[in-house]
Amino acid sequence: MSQASTEIIKISGHAGTVPGAGLNREFQVCKLVDTTTCIGCKACEVACLEWNGYTFSQTTFANSYQTMPETAWNYWNLIKFNEHERDDGSMMLLMRKDQCMHCEEPGCLEACPADGAIVQYANGIVDFQEAHCIGCGYCVTGCPFNIPKFSPEAHKVFKCTLCNDRVSVGLEPACIKACPTGCLHFGTKSDMKDLAESRAEQLRDVSGFADAGVYDPAGVGGTHVIYVLHDAKNPELYGGLPKDPHIPYSVWLWKKPLKWLGNLAMIGGIVGLALHYLRVGPKREEPIPPEDRGPS
Amino acid sequence: MSTTDTVRRPRTTTDFDEELIPRYSFVERVNHWFGALTYSYCLITGLAFWTPYLYWLAAIVGGGPTARFWHPWFGLFFTVSQFLMFVQWGGDMEMDHDDRVWADNIKAYINNEDDKLPPVGRFNWGQKIYFWAMVGSTILLLLSGFVLWYVEAVPWSFHILRYVAILIHASVALITIGLFLIHVYMSTLLEEGSFASMVYGTVTRAWAWTFHRKWYYQVTGKSRPNQ
Repeated sequence: MSQASTEIIKISGHAGTVPGAGLNREFQVCKLVDTTTCIGCKACEVACLEWNGYTFSQTTFANSYQTMPETAWNYWNLIKFNEHERDDGSMMLLMRKDQCMHCEEPGCLEACPADGAIVQYANGIVDFQEAHCIGCGYCVTGCPFNIPKFSPEAHKVFKCTLCNDRVSVGLEPACIKACPTGCLHFGTKSDMKDLAESRAEQLRDVSGFADAGVYDPAGVGGTHVIYVLHDAKNPELYGGLPKDPHIPYSVWLWKKPLKWLGNLAMIGGIVGLALHYLRVGPKREEPIPPEDRGPS
Repeated sequence: MSTTDTVRRPRTTTDFDEELIPRYSFVERVNHWFGALTYSYCLITGLAFWTPYLYWLAAIVGGGPTARFWHPWFGLFFTVSQFLMFVQWGGDMEMDHDDRVWADNIKAYINNEDDKLPPVGRFNWGQKIYFWAMVGSTILLLLSGFVLWYVEAVPWSFHILRYVAILIHASVALITIGLFLIHVYMSTLLEEGSFASMVYGTVTRAWAWTFHRKWYYQVTGKSRPNQ
């Protein structure tokens, strides 16, 4: 976690062993969102705005409790509501806190052309560095979760930072701090994974949700925000959580084979033209034969 | 005729041969250079966005955000120039039978054995292909470019459009770069007198006779002899 710089490996002039050396410490952070205990109070939405210095935006009413249709450049944390009718006719209000998933293999970072505009820290946080962002919007195309949002005012793209500024000084993210039900947890990836799995097991064994499970999609190498879902087989029910998210194939094609083919072709083309000039030289005008001279 | 002869042959053109005849009007030249400038801007900034190894190119046009801001606008300006070129030259760019024969023998052209080729009108097959490919590419770049320009305006339910647009924009841009390289090489280095013709608007009679014989007959009033 944030304490990477405080773990001591060697000590000068020190007799005996190094206290704490060899301790197996994990630096990967993770946010756990237990959708089964979320009450949709939106305290996380408020805390996110407050900590990050944004004011409330106009809400959009669309026959649900949801604040707006999707996250915005200045609204990084949004609970998505879905009135889901179950097979037995009963209704479930599914609520999922939507924000950046902090993918282990981030599509935004893969797509970004600007040097240093997106960084991935060793603790797993994927952070936008707006000072380097050029506002091209490639990250918008690269993200499988529809998270990066373009600001028409700043001409740059913004998203959840997982409160990197808080985490780096040993605090938990603002949304975690605000949650009144304890459905939000923050800790190391392995701890959160264990907690999530035990909660899912409880839901399966005790609460009768046979398909309960943990959402930590392998297609993006796992995420640093994970969910406990009552129905892990249908994540789409939770405000369109993709079932098998991955870096879009077209982004992969564009950034890998097409890029190298294109670079080779451009270099090859320039070399080829230079060789052509050296081999056959210029085309020069030739004298006009007498029969073609003068107007007829 | 061997390669060496072509390069070293002493010039034996006459004063008559060196007389200038108009080839490109003032408006044609202005539009050509407008297109060249706007394309070059899109090329420099586009290459900066294409690979980190060329990201430094953004610095010479004012930095990444500036490049990103103007790239789509210059793309629109380039589209305007392409539309005007279509109006100016579209008619001259229609393919005829001689062009097809010319294309079948393009190896002779590449080897500077131009005398083995059928006579050429105002534009040769290569120029026509370049023209139509650029017109078509411009349309594709424009359509995909709008998606990339306002990517956040594409609703999530249509986000496949983003994926299609990014591939089309990059692939078509690469095709135009290939064409552009050939165009610049041929008009500045390979075919002497071409660059000057786009600057001054004139060519010598000998140039016209050598490279665009049908056009030479047309503008000088010489009837076309049987080939």
